[in-house]
Amino acid sequence: MSVLILAEHDGQHLKQATRQAVTAAQAWGLPVHLLLLGADTAAVAGHAAQVAGVARVLRVDAPQFEHPLAEDVAAAIVNLARDYKVVLAGHTAFAKNALPRAAALLDVAMLADVIAITAPATYVRPVYAGNVLATVESSDPIQVLTVRTTAFAAAETGGAAEVVTLAAPAASGLSRWVGETRNVSDRPELATARVVISGGRSLGERFEEVLGPLAQLLNGALGATRAAVDAGFAPNDIQIGQTGTVVAPELYIAAGVSGAAQHLAGMKDSKVIVAINHDPDAAIFQVADYGLVADLFEAVPQLTAALKN
Amino acid sequence: MKALVAVKRVVDHNVQVHIKPDGSGVETAGVKMSINPFDEIAVEEALRLKERGVVTEIVAVTLGEAVAQDVLRHALAMGADRAVLVEAHGELQPLGVAKLLKAVVEREQPGLILLGKQAIDDDAGQAGQMLAALLGAAQGTFASAVTVQGDEVEVVREVDGGTETVALKLPAVLTADLRLNEPRFVKLPNLMMAKKKPIEQLTADGLGVDAAPRLKRLKVATPPHRAPGVKVNSVAELAQKLREAKVV
Ligand SMILES: Cc1cc2nc3c(=O)[nH]c(=O)nc-3n(C[C@H](O)[C@H](O)[C@H](O)COP(=O)(O)OP(=O)(O)OC[C@H]3O[C@@H](n4cnc5c(N)ncnc54)[C@H](O)[C@@H]3O)c2cc1C
Repeated sequence: MSVLILAEHDGQHLKQATRQAVTAAQAWGLPVHLLLLGADTAAVAGHAAQVAGVARVLRVDAPQFEHPLAEDVAAAIVNLARDYKVVLAGHTAFAKNALPRAAALLDVAMLADVIAITAPATYVRPVYAGNVLATVESSDPIQVLTVRTTAFAAAETGGAAEVVTLAAPAASGLSRWVGETRNVSDRPELATARVVISGGRSLGERFEEVLGPLAQLLNGALGATRAAVDAGFAPNDIQIGQTGTVVAPELYIAAGVSGAAQHLAGMKDSKVIVAINHDPDAAIFQVADYGLVADLFEAVPQLTAALKN
Repeated sequence: MKALVAVKRVVDHNVQVHIKPDGSGVETAGVKMSINPFDEIAVEEALRLKERGVVTEIVAVTLGEAVAQDVLRHALAMGADRAVLVEAHGELQPLGVAKLLKAVVEREQPGLILLGKQAIDDDAGQAGQMLAALLGAAQGTFASAVTVQGDEVEVVREVDGGTETVALKLPAVLTADLRLNEPRFVKLPNLMMAKKKPIEQLTADGLGVDAAPRLKRLKVATPPHRAPGVKVNSVAELAQKLREAKVV
């Protein structure tokens, strides 16, 4: 029996989340196979085969995987899964969409956002916005799970997996890809950035103007609270929290963030947390290593200047 | 077209949860319970589709103990036409939820099935996808815009790095994200009126569904607390601390 990882890629490179899933997959001490779905996975298969800890790369090329839809992804997983003990992926929008569908088709439970694998079928996962950690045991013959990427280091290169090409099941025809919008930025990807500068709704229309230069200086990504995103001051994909992205960078600077439980759920495992807020009682100070009670419109540019020198 | 909306009763999002002294679970006795916020967004979307003339009837359904009727009353007060309670005892997990909902869908034959993208108690985020799988239907998860056109529904989905738009054959299962809409306020007279509306009662056994949990909860615990930090007095001091910590 082996472990099957649903890989995520952009046609060229694996997503960091997949490398993190590879690390998590070592918990079973079984061979690890990577499932690559795409229109043409030749290039990415070459990279995937070099990830240490991967024994086999399974390529499934089909036109419907140019923009993989949950219906087809789940079908491809189900096609293979009965030969595996574990099916896993990083806890990304892609996997959150497809894996529960595959699990239900296999008639097994799924574990979402696992932060630790303590025994072959025992997992720790956050519930209630991370205020509670639940340890759960699965009795299903196939374990289907997503892992919280910040809880596992990314696997290194240095492997030499065999690459096998498999046929795709027919497209479901239930759904069709129409289009996408990408929030392009030349900053590092939020989920894996070493530094995250995050802002709340009080930044208003000046979100980018105030936080951008600090992010630029520290080569950081921008993050936001739900309130800032809801108000249209920041794009949806940078919302941090229970219902957004979970990050754990080396440095997290929260400016004008109140520190609601739902926000803390997405950043409280950061290594160093800085809070800048003019309310000395703001909840964010309870998780901050360094707190500065100040007006962010003055303090953030001053900090940017101070760190430049 | 009929819309079915699944709603869950959860600990209110403003409540600071506490673990039971024996570590077996989270204390829910005497705690404020509410409709899961994402499910409320799903109800609101159904109402808007009805107001646009796309949906003709809205059926709200919940699963669990009889007390879960609260959230059905809430959905009725918002404007749902009918409500169904499937009584089921013990812990319900996403796969069991999907199986129960499938049985209700087969009775009701809705064209659209709406759920929240996740429940804020177990944060599993699976019920919608699992239901779609069991129905052999298309799924539009993390929806931030929904448009029905002919026999398709177009869904804008919030994904990592932006949004994605998909077109799904009906019937389809949708799960609501935060920015799909802002749910209306429930007015007190509506709530009073909703109290008088009948709620159809079904049972898991009656539906012939085995919704037994597959996952066993061994224990729950609070996550480790961060060591208390310090307040700095100036930007200069902050910059110095960050240099000392070697993070800049
Ligand atoms: C179901 C659900 C899911 C949610 N999911 C998320 C999630 O994933 N992520 C998330 O972030 N939130 C989430 N929320 C929302 C969360 O509860 C809070 O409402 C939100 O995080 C608050 O955002 P904020 O800090 O920007 O705004 P506010 O709470 O309004 O706080 C603004 C803060 O800015 C400070 N401030 C204002 N002006 C200045 C200034 N000039 N200088 C310095 N400080 C200033 C204020 O003192 C205050 O602390 C969710 C809520 C629900 C119900």
